[in-house]
Amino acid sequence: MEILEYILLSLLVVCAVSVALSKNLLTSIVIFMSYSVIMSVIWMILESPDLAITEAAVGAGVTSVLFYITLKKIHAMKGEEDDEAEE
Amino acid sequence: MKPRSDYERSLWRRLVRFVDGETPEDAELYAELRKSGKGRQKNADSGAEQFPEQEDKREKHRRLERAHEREAASMLERYRNWPKEHGIRIFGRLYAVAAVMLCLIIIVTLLVTVSYLPEFGQPDNPNNNEVVERYNAHGLEETGATNAVAGMILDYRAFDTLGESHVLFIAACCVMILLRLDDTKDRKRAEEENDRLYEPKNDKILQLAAKILVPVIILFGIFVILNGHLSPGGGFSGGAIIGAGLILYVNAFGFEKAGRIMNRKNYAVISVAPLLFYAVAKSYSFYTGANHLESGIPKGIPGAILSGGLILPLNICVGIVVACTMYHFYTLFRKGGM
Repeated sequence: MEILEYILLSLLVVCAVSVALSKNLLTSIVIFMSYSVIMSVIWMILESPDLAITEAAVGAGVTSVLFYITLKKIHAMKGEEDDEAEE
Repeated sequence: MKPRSDYERSLWRRLVRFVDGETPEDAELYAELRKSGKGRQKNADSGAEQFPEQEDKREKHRRLERAHEREAASMLERYRNWPKEHGIRIFGRLYAVAAVMLCLIIIVTLLVTVSYLPEFGQPDNPNNNEVVERYNAHGLEETGATNAVAGMILDYRAFDTLGESHVLFIAACCVMILLRLDDTKDRKRAEEENDRLYEPKNDKILQLAAKILVPVIILFGIFVILNGHLSPGGGFSGGAIIGAGLILYVNAFGFEKAGRIMNRKNYAVISVAPLLFYAVAKSYSFYTGANHLESGIPKGIPGAILSGGLILPLNICVGIVVACTMYHFYTLFRKGGM
């Protein structure tokens, strides 16, 4: 169990660093989502299932959706320009 | 205070100029060179007029001079561009080094602070005080909730949760102020903002997935809310799950279908009524002497769905507010209104 904890914690650090370093904003959001999912598993291990449910629903679900819409609104999604050029 | 007259020569101004890509000597030198060049040219012209017989010699001289000038200009150009090309690079390197140093200092400080914390889960930690003992020993009989967390946040500390619900509500209001479009004035803009116009409106795969998933998601959210006092979960998490389900529904079937239930008028009623009920319920407990334990509703048998006194209705209130807020956020971000 302890090994799993260490793996998850190191994954957290990797996710946090790669969110900052990723060039593509869409990739950043997906990595951010995975960060939330890992965090919710860690909450489960720390015996707080309430927080785990909330983290999974809000962090991985709603926040990412809002990020997606924002990216779409500011035309920052990759491939958006191609679509507009075709039109 | 006397105004400084030597600002142009001050260290800060020079630093700013260096970062901007120019040096103080640079501007002076450039002006001087241009002046002298013009002056020489003028002399040469007047000389040619005065002594037409020496024009050949002067022409040669002038050509030579021009070549010199060009060389000087190119050198000046390079000299001028040096700080632009290298100064910013030097500044960038300094900046990167400073940022890394600052980051390292903060990381080391935080790690050192964490290393002084007591080990996780030890029995003699300072967080194992009389509050925890009270919650553990009397929580079940005083609140009637088998989920100790729900008993804490909705009974002992229900006033905090009331504040949290209001924070969410105020956040929704602020987003509305920022993003909402007036439907009479900005109809044209609203049509531009409504990006569903350019999307495949009948995405069969998404619709089929939503048809299967949405009822399950919303049902699970309701289960989490209603079982908040028995099992992990509660108003906030259940509300977030229901909100996510509604967002999926809107994505698949469009705003027109979702708007039959979740329009602006209903939203106002649905989100304000639970908040008011919550506020009234908790104010009543303050009226009776700020004793959160007397709600007047029988506690019931711990473990049954109808138990825990006020916790179940309050959970439902919080869940409704959170679900509405999540959905409202989505619609505001998406098209600026319900």
